[in-house]
Amino acid sequence: MANGSPLLSIQHVSKDFYGNVVLHDVSFDLREGEILGLVGENGAGKTTLMRILFGMPVIAETGGFQGSVIIGGSEVHFSSPFDALDAGLGMVHQEFSLIPGFTTTENIVLNRESMRPSILNDVFGDRMSILLRDKMRERAEKAIGKLGIELDPDMLVSEMPVGHKQFTEIAREIDREQTRILILDEPTAVLTESEAEVLLQTLKRLASEGIAIIFISHRLQEVLAIANRIVVLRDGHVVKDTPNEHVSMRDIASWMVGRSLGETGARSEGRKFSDIALKVHHLWVDMPGETVRDVSFDVHKGEIFGIGGLAGQGKLGIPNGIMGLFPAGGEVILEGNTVPLNAPAKALAMGMGFVSEDRRGVGLLLDESLEWNIAFTAMQVHRQYLKKVLGGLFSQRDERAMEDLCKEYVSLLDIKCTSTKQKAKELSGGNQQKICLAKAFAIKPSLLFVSEPTRGIDVGAKKLVLDTLHHYNRDFGTTIVMVSSELEELRSICDRIAIVDEGRIAGILPPTADISEFGLLMSGAAMEAVNA
Amino acid sequence: MSAQKKFVKFFSQYAVVIIFVMITVAAIPPSGLSIKYILQEIITRLGRNSFLVLALLLPIYAGMGLNFGMTLGAMAGQVGLIFAVNFGISNWHGLLFALLVGLPISVFLGWICGLVMNRAKGREMVTGYILAFFINGIYQFFVMYMLGSVIPMGNRAIVLSRGYGIRNTLNLESVRQSLDNILVLRVGGYAVPVVTFIIIALLCIFIVWFKKTKLGQDMRAVGQDMVVAEAAGIPVEKTRIIAIIISTVLACAGQIIFLQNMGNLATYNAHDQTGFFAVAAILVGGASVTHASIANVFIGVTLLHSMFVVSPLAGQKLFGSAMIGEYFRQFIGYGVIALSLVLYAWRTRKAAADARLGLRGGTNGSTKVSAVKNGANGAAGNGGQA
Repeated sequence: MANGSPLLSIQHVSKDFYGNVVLHDVSFDLREGEILGLVGENGAGKTTLMRILFGMPVIAETGGFQGSVIIGGSEVHFSSPFDALDAGLGMVHQEFSLIPGFTTTENIVLNRESMRPSILNDVFGDRMSILLRDKMRERAEKAIGKLGIELDPDMLVSEMPVGHKQFTEIAREIDREQTRILILDEPTAVLTESEAEVLLQTLKRLASEGIAIIFISHRLQEVLAIANRIVVLRDGHVVKDTPNEHVSMRDIASWMVGRSLGETGARSEGRKFSDIALKVHHLWVDMPGETVRDVSFDVHKGEIFGIGGLAGQGKLGIPNGIMGLFPAGGEVILEGNTVPLNAPAKALAMGMGFVSEDRRGVGLLLDESLEWNIAFTAMQVHRQYLKKVLGGLFSQRDERAMEDLCKEYVSLLDIKCTSTKQKAKELSGGNQQKICLAKAFAIKPSLLFVSEPTRGIDVGAKKLVLDTLHHYNRDFGTTIVMVSSELEELRSICDRIAIVDEGRIAGILPPTADISEFGLLMSGAAMEAVNA
Repeated sequence: MSAQKKFVKFFSQYAVVIIFVMITVAAIPPSGLSIKYILQEIITRLGRNSFLVLALLLPIYAGMGLNFGMTLGAMAGQVGLIFAVNFGISNWHGLLFALLVGLPISVFLGWICGLVMNRAKGREMVTGYILAFFINGIYQFFVMYMLGSVIPMGNRAIVLSRGYGIRNTLNLESVRQSLDNILVLRVGGYAVPVVTFIIIALLCIFIVWFKKTKLGQDMRAVGQDMVVAEAAGIPVEKTRIIAIIISTVLACAGQIIFLQNMGNLATYNAHDQTGFFAVAAILVGGASVTHASIANVFIGVTLLHSMFVVSPLAGQKLFGSAMIGEYFRQFIGYGVIALSLVLYAWRTRKAAADARLGLRGGTNGSTKVSAVKNGANGAAGNGGQA
């Protein structure tokens, strides 16, 4: 069915954000009735590419892009998403953009309602027109009919099962008569298996009616099931543009995550551990954008346990939930004692430390001195660095002890600062991260959670941070749970790596496992947990 | 849902109404007032207050909460009435004149109010409240210094003896009940101000009709989810400003109707509690910060004012002091607002907690399919981020 001249052609598109290249010479075509599967890890450039396609203002604000986008044979320049909609592009978002208290019909025709003018139009303009509910309903039924599914036009969105919401969104794009290209960003992420199956059938049906579809998904089996062609993005490059023939999931997974240059050697010491330090049992965490649904795992005493996975799948929710920063439930046992959830002070008092991924928000007191920053948690939790005044009537900060502590860590972690009195916000990202680590080390935790420790810091600082973690683990026996989006980083330091997918642990692998194994786990491939 | 859960839900929804009915009914016998007297008072007060309370509806539809900023419109109406008295325009002509003067002022004030509220999304209520204090300062300055000095006042009787500024109390004898008395229907000993009720009915019809327009639909969409509405191309900020302007204009007309019934104008503080009493009334009628209907308005005005009628006398009989009843008015009015806001916050939190329950089916979470399904629902419940 894919023939004729391309409907959409992306030619040599490059884009950088202030020198940071996110797309490099990306080209591909999309034909009428074709389903193109677009896959790639986080940061591969999918989102940026879609923003360019839709003329999002953020692209123009950051200096535009190179290359051209051609629709139906002529080059287009969109200045807002509404231009893109007029040109026949339709987008179905990962997050539902539906009005909860509106019915299916009202949502499908949202802001494109059928109406007739009223007497007040002449005075107050078109918005005083009366809605024609019958006609709106008719249009909604027609769009739903095109999808070939059952959907009640009068049901409120807030009362719908989640699958119906997704279909409502698609129906909204279909109702727009000029829509020729439909882009779906992770449309199945929130659907059940059977709902996802229906959705895929619907997409095939739409494609057979001539609509071209770009299907973005991390569930590779779905991409394989419906795509005519598969384009793999990695670090802003198109690494593969292939028809969907003789392609296996393993192939795509390794294209997706494989690093072409210098596979940093995965370390394999094969250390053996016996005691269990942390037992997590059916944990759920309600962290916006990083929901944890049902996670169970054990961490051995003295090991470095890695948690990886794509963004938004819930890996960040795990440490934040255990440390009590977001509402959580389930069971967490630290060395035989149950950890009370939703109580950060208690989690800290039990000997767990946390280096947050939100360095500037949760991690640091930006306007305070380094001394304060490092001693703060220890002061709160263990009442250290305080001296008693008036026979213990009240206590005061022990500035001398705080300064000594700070100096110790400044030299230990090689923190670049003018003095220990400097304000935290004046340091570079890498040095701020070291302050966060120092703060966690200062409470002498028996178990330390480190979340995205190398995000946004330069290569040299990255190595130092990782070395510091390694050093604390080996020399002081600190058990470390490290959460990171950088698979290579996890493989270089961890003893075992759990991959989180859709709020659940998809599997636990040794760092020496083949890179495609990790790719498969991130891609929602059902797989038995492999224990190291 | 179990019967107990249903009861809790019902009670939390209508707690304010239920409590109010109980207090009022309990206060009727000690007040010693006849039912007939109370009913006549309620009819009078429905005519006097309903229009003002109806002015609150549109901002609630537009998701802007209870519009305490309606006080701005009330001030505009008062300025109109001052000029009507100044020019000696009497009867309903005076009211119409007052409305014509108040209209442009209230549109302008509403526009300012809308602009400010667009910069304080999610905090519209407190913003409106404080904005009313600020505009009150300007109103006082205008009425106390500008009128009679910069703007000449022909009618010296309404000007302070020092030569400028309006007197503390303005006698509205010339327009007093001129709307109510155009046509008074007497049925079974009750006097019903027909024209006033016709105007209120027309406003109700307008509101019902307005909800069917494109603008009304957009207002509902904006009220439920600004981000989605914006993404669909609805001009969110403009829609919100229009909602506030309409509300302010209606409040201006409402205040004129209110004052013609009262017959005199406390120049410097008649508007002080306009917003407060209107908000208390709609809440007593069962509305919340996000949901309100025309029925809530009439139930609310009836309940709140029947309590206002009986409480001073009940206070007199029970505690030997009418002041106690006076005190109860204030106490209950503010209490109702506080209780409604607390209940609303509690319900919102409870809804979030319920959505959280759906993160995973039960605590065992063993069956993959059902777990995924429930989880997906949970995700939709707290969707919209990321």
